[in-house]
Order: sequence, then C-alpha cells, then structure tokens
Amino acid sequence: GPQVGILDVDLCGPSIPRMLRAQASAVHQCDRGWLPVLLGQDHSISLMSIGFLLEKPDEAVVWRGPKKNALIKQFVSDVAWGDLDFLIVDTPPGTSDEHISTVEALRPYKPLGAVLVTTPQAVSVGDVRRELTFCKKTGLQVLGIVENMSGFVCPHCSECTNIFSKGGGEELAKHAGVPFLGCVPLDPQLCQSLEEGTDFIQEFPKSSAFSALAHIAQQVLDRASEQSC
Amino acid sequence: DCPGTGSTQAGRAAACQGCPNQRLCAAGAAAPDAAEATELRERLRGVKHTVLVLSGKGGVGKSTFSALLAHGLAADETKQVALLDIDICGPSIPKMMGLEGEQVHQSGSGWSPVYVEENLGVMSVGFLLSSPDDAVIWRGPKKNGLIKQFLRDVDWGEIDYLIVDTPPGTSDEHLSIVQYLSVAHIDGAVIITTPQEVSLQDVRKEINFCHKVKLPVIGVVENMSGFICPKCKNESQIFPPTTGGAEKMCQNFSVSLLGKVPLDPQIGKSCDKGQSVLSEAPESPATLSYRNIIQRIQEYCDQHHFQAEKIM
Repeated sequence: GPQVGILDVDLCGPSIPRMLRAQASAVHQCDRGWLPVLLGQDHSISLMSIGFLLEKPDEAVVWRGPKKNALIKQFVSDVAWGDLDFLIVDTPPGTSDEHISTVEALRPYKPLGAVLVTTPQAVSVGDVRRELTFCKKTGLQVLGIVENMSGFVCPHCSECTNIFSKGGGEELAKHAGVPFLGCVPLDPQLCQSLEEGTDFIQEFPKSSAFSALAHIAQQVLDRASEQSC
Repeated sequence: DCPGTGSTQAGRAAACQGCPNQRLCAAGAAAPDAAEATELRERLRGVKHTVLVLSGKGGVGKSTFSALLAHGLAADETKQVALLDIDICGPSIPKMMGLEGEQVHQSGSGWSPVYVEENLGVMSVGFLLSSPDDAVIWRGPKKNGLIKQFLRDVDWGEIDYLIVDTPPGTSDEHLSIVQYLSVAHIDGAVIITTPQEVSLQDVRKEINFCHKVKLPVIGVVENMSGFICPKCKNESQIFPPTTGGAEKMCQNFSVSLLGKVPLDPQIGKSCDKGQSVLSEAPESPATLSYRNIIQRIQEYCDQHHFQAEKIM
C-alpha cells in the first residue's frame, strides 16, 4: 500500500498523535535528521508533530510567529521522511504564520493542493471563503471542499437533524468554482474512535461517516494519479 | 537566565545575548513601551470589567459564546457592553451580531465601535474588510499592531463589560492582548471546550497559559454537551466525554465548570441569521444553560469589583 506521512503543524493544539494513539511516542534523531514516528502494522504511516517534542503533554506552546515559522521549516527540511507517496499536512484554523510558512516550505515540492474543511453553517463558510483567497494568493490549488458535521442521524429513531445547518459547503464550492468533495455526517462512532486512537476503518466500516470519508479519499487519489500522468 | 519566550523581555534581556533564539524572540516582542502604556491606560480607564474568551481548539463554539455573553450582559439596559473580536484571520463576530457589511467610522475621538443596540458596541477587523472574500494573511507582528490599534484608537467610552473574543490557541494574539490589557485590568478568562479529550487536551494547555501570564480563570464552559433528538427525545453523546469531559478536567485543575450547553440546531441557525438564540429560543435548554453561565460570570466580575473596591 502507499506510504503516507502526516505533518501536524497545529503547534498550539497538536491533536494528531492522540487521534492515532501515538501520544506516548518519542521522536528520535538519526544522521539525516529527526525520524518521524511510524504507525500502523506495516509502518505505512509516519507522523511528525510538536506533540512529540513537549516534555509534558499539558505544556502550552506559547510562541510568537517567528519561532513557529522556524519549527515548521525544520519539520519540512530536517525530518527524515524517506520515500512517501503522500504527505498530508494538518493546519490550525486561520491564514497566518503556520499557513504562510507551510506553503513556503513546501513550495519546492510542488504540493498537489489543499482540501478545505468547513461545517455547513454560514459563519464557518464565511471563514473558509477567506481560506480560499489564501489559496489563490499563495498559488495553492484547491482540490476541493469538504462539508463536515453535515447532519446527524439519530441512532434511536433514524431522524436526521441538521445540527449545524446543511448545504453551506456545497454552495461555497459551487460559488467558488471548486470541486465539492462531499458531506461527512456527525458520527459518534467516529468521535469515539478518534478519542481512543483506534482504527476507525477497521472498527466501523459500515458507518455513514466511513463511506463519506472513503469517497473523499478516492477523489484525492484520483486527482493524484491524474497529476502524475 | 532565559526570561522566557513569552516575556516582555524576550530577546532583549542581558541573558539573551548569544542565544540562538534571540533574534526570533526579539522580532515578535510587542509589549507596549512606557508612552504606549500610558495611552492605553487612558483609553481603557472607563472599562470596569474585562473578560477574555479563550479556547484551545478551533470550532468549539467560542465566538458563539462571546456573542451570546455580550447579548446576555447587554440585556440589562443600564449596562454598557463592548465586544472586541481579535480573531483577525477568522472574524466571525460581525456576522453573528447581524452586522455584516458595516464599516467603522472615524471621529475626532477615534474609531467608533459599531452598535448593535445602544448599549452594545462591537469592533472587529471584519469591519475593515471590503469583501467577504478578503483574507487577512498576516504574520504575527502585523496582527499585534492591529490589536494594539483596536485598544488604543477605538473610542470605547465608559463600559461595564469588555468581552474579548480570541482565535483558538496560545500565540501572538493571546500574548499581545494580555500584555496590552495588563496596563488596565482583566477580570479573567472563560475557556470553551467540547467534551472530547482532543479538545480538553488543548484546554489544559490554555489553563497553563493563563497561569503563565497570571490571568485568572473564571471557569470552563462545555459546549456540544449531548444532543436530544427532537423527534424521539432520546439523548446521544455525539462528542463522547471519554475521559470524563470538562467536569473531570475542571476537578483536576481546580477551576470552575461554569456549565454545560447541549447541541441545539437553533444556536447555529440564530448565529447565521445574526440573531441571539437567547431571544430567538428563550425556553430552550441551551438558552437556559447559557443564561446560568452568563449569570455566574457576572457574579464573578461583581465579586471581583467589590473586592477591588474594598482594597481601595
């Protein structure tokens, strides 16, 4: 299968280690630089996050922009990623230091593009519009928009409630002329799985969130193969 | 000895000479100098209570809470309330307050906040942008400059409550607002979370940030705390509190749990319309929860004021 790297540049709120049950891991050095943490049975996922560099997990990273920028550059150039089929970069909300530095550091590697995540509500869509502008201004291609937390189906009676409204992500994609990758419903099983860092795909293959996420992943894979041709 | 990267002396202290980080620390330094400090103190002299609304994680309902806190406090027409939105990259407050498209006016006494009600004024970078697509792609130092301007150039007047809505995290905006407001007085911070461990993980950091910068924690609000199906009335824990939720975390950190707010589609709907769910759905469990929390915050501030007066 493909070799996937995940780079977590949410320096103030690094959640990826916990979501992949790697919170107890440590980062080691080799002569090529830092070694990412390897996950999965076949070590097919490699992960780097500031979460691994903190002495205590509750320690606040209270850094101003310049220090954050320096670390992000290091995460790209001083980590021995090895051969990867995909590098996924998780960013914090916003259009600031982390985002500017990440795009700058990755530019030589010609990123495939960005996936923008929104909830259906207008206030969330309002921020993602600005994120789209960020992509345009920095020359980052938009692979598409995901509408997250899109509806909740009651497990008791199957009634669907649009807790965070519905359709905002799809409308934004249409308005902005970018692909709409799909809606992902609210799914307690997904949340539970992320809390415990278990493999959602193994545990809940029949859940509605799974099929939505698989569909989105497939579109990204398709785009990647188009690009390589 | 390192003065600490968040300190006003960061990069400038004698001990910083020769440190590989010196240039980085000094570059971000945004503490007000003596003249600026006097200016800020003057400007904020008429502010009785200041509450910062923080969250570790994004998307937990912090701006929603800030907007409702402002509405809730302004329900008392004898109180003057101001809401300052320093989420420079993602300014949602104008939309939530029904003020999208409004612009800031300048007068002889400075920038004028945009008023929702006679006793509720709002300031946000959103009012300085001409299009909803405009992105503020700024690095830290420039964001710090705007925050200083908001505090120095806005004619806030006499305010009973200044609510400051922040972006998620513990970075430039948070350091700057604490430094600039230190010339006046901050009653404390309210921290917003969901029941999830991934959110709580970041709240613990936020609490530690508050301790580091000597900011009292008024308490924690647990948002998205359960969902009651409108059809069958059964409850679902969409964001399960796998590690005990905010309740357990607050016990461990000796901070108050101000309250829990359930998921309710009416909250988001009202926000999107620029309305307050407190007036739109006055009997809903979410509204009742919010009202209790707002009352507790008010009581905290009043107690504080009383103690400060006693000292004087």
